[in-house]
Amino acid sequence: MTFLLRRGLFYLITLWAAITANFLLPRLLPGDPVQAMITKLGGRLNSDAMASLYILFGLDEKKSIWEQYVDYWGALARGDLGLSFTFFPTPVADVLSQSLPWTLGLVGVTTIIAFLLGTLLGVYAGWKRGSWMDNLIPVTTFLSSIPYFWLGLIAISVFSVTFPLLPASGGYAAGLVPEWSGEFIGSVLEHAVLPGITIVVSSVAGWILGMRNMMVTVTAEDYVLVARAKGLSQKRIMFAYAARNAVLPSISGFALSLGFIVGGALLVEMVFSYPGLGYVLFQGIGAKDYPLMQGVFLVITLAVLVANLLADIGYLLLDPRTRREG
Amino acid sequence: MNFKTKLGLGILAFFTLIAVIGSWIAPYDPSAMGDDLLSPPSGAHWFGTTMTGQDIFSQVLVGTRGVMVVGLVCGVLATFLSILVGVTAGFLGGAADEALSMLSNVFLVIPALPLIIIVASMLPSADTVLIAAVISLTAWAWGARVLRAQTMSLRRRDFVEAARASGESTWRIIVFEVLPNLMAVIASGFVGTVIFAVMLQITLSFVGVVSLSTWNWGTILFWAQSNQALGQGAWWWFVPAGLCIALLGTALALINFGIDEYANPRLRKVRA
Repeated sequence: MTFLLRRGLFYLITLWAAITANFLLPRLLPGDPVQAMITKLGGRLNSDAMASLYILFGLDEKKSIWEQYVDYWGALARGDLGLSFTFFPTPVADVLSQSLPWTLGLVGVTTIIAFLLGTLLGVYAGWKRGSWMDNLIPVTTFLSSIPYFWLGLIAISVFSVTFPLLPASGGYAAGLVPEWSGEFIGSVLEHAVLPGITIVVSSVAGWILGMRNMMVTVTAEDYVLVARAKGLSQKRIMFAYAARNAVLPSISGFALSLGFIVGGALLVEMVFSYPGLGYVLFQGIGAKDYPLMQGVFLVITLAVLVANLLADIGYLLLDPRTRREG
Repeated sequence: MNFKTKLGLGILAFFTLIAVIGSWIAPYDPSAMGDDLLSPPSGAHWFGTTMTGQDIFSQVLVGTRGVMVVGLVCGVLATFLSILVGVTAGFLGGAADEALSMLSNVFLVIPALPLIIIVASMLPSADTVLIAAVISLTAWAWGARVLRAQTMSLRRRDFVEAARASGESTWRIIVFEVLPNLMAVIASGFVGTVIFAVMLQITLSFVGVVSLSTWNWGTILFWAQSNQALGQGAWWWFVPAGLCIALLGTALALINFGIDEYANPRLRKVRA
């Protein structure tokens, strides 16, 4: 358990760092964009909303920075992230809770698919080194060098504009009401195909490459040679001996590359106008909606940390060495 | 050096050349509006024109410099930071190591893209150099992690112990004994950082948080997207810039494979 405790502590510190960065940024950087926005909105803000924006962005100059910091944590503890300017007068927390399930669904599922698919292909590519599988490497390198959003643009241009097979934008067909019906779920799945494939295609290469290189290293180990000498089946050696050990760096790498993958996935949402956090962030950028942008950052960071913790638990199950000290 | 590495270096040299001479050989002023509106590639406009008749070929040529400058500046700055943090942590060990690796892990885990978007959009003027500095601040952590691991494996080797026994100062040992043995790792970290920085800069330009007054490949894509180039079937507006990004990224990745294979002979191609 010490392993999980250590990791949990680290994630708490990371969360604290992210929140503190969020607190400091608007106070450190020059200019007062939020003040300008409040002036613009004028009388349409009620006093409660005004008060929470003052707390979140440090506009109350009479208070010391420490008092501001305490107030800021208080606001967060109440789930108060301010009002969104883009979706005025909806609170940021409401906007986020509507879009979070879309992102979790799309990014969660595609990341798991990409990881499994890439790891499996990597196992084969590493095992069959020197065969035609080696040609996979330059192809996947090229695919991973394409920015996520550009691949999305191409996908739209080919599969929605030139050959109108799949919808180019949105999370479900216009006119449908979100509900648990076959029609609605079908529409959601149909809309998720293009963005999903885009994310998988651009993120799979990293897993293939990492796994292949580890497989190549591991298959040269003595215990694999012993397994061969014992006359075990190829399949058994490949998965139970080589792959099981080779996958460990991939899993610990999963945690660290997740932040990067999520960044790319947010861009895919922007391109496809998918109703998740990425698209919300995109709308926030256009309107200079700082409460919304900072809220998106906090929620994404929190989601990434939770996913990391899950990956750690997976690591714990696969690698007995981390359990031994417990 | 194998074919793949040479190919990568060749492509990189090509883009470096374009970055230097691009603005002189561009046939048109990239911002000047012309009479041919949204026309497909032709003899006069190799990559076609935009909605306002700007020449896309010239935009790509002129925009190369911004991309390469950010890549280079971030590569140098972030590599410097990663050496500073990673080698120090790995060599000193103990509490300093705990603190520094915690710092780099925090930077790795926090999603960089939304954070940089927030910083960039709060800056009063998000020009190329400033963006390069902001990107560098988030790009160093991976390199630091790899360097720390590598330094730890070097720290107790005989030649380091010998240097220590002969009374050399810690900094002299780090700079003259340890660093030369880390060159392959540092080089591959540098190339990786350049890829990361280039992608991030293009992304930031594409979402529109970077100043649009200077051209780079991301700005071209920003204008293509905001003018609905896709819906109008104007593929030539976004295909060239995207292909350039992918080519440059592939070239850098190929160079990195070369460095990896140099450092880890097991990865070299087996002759069947």
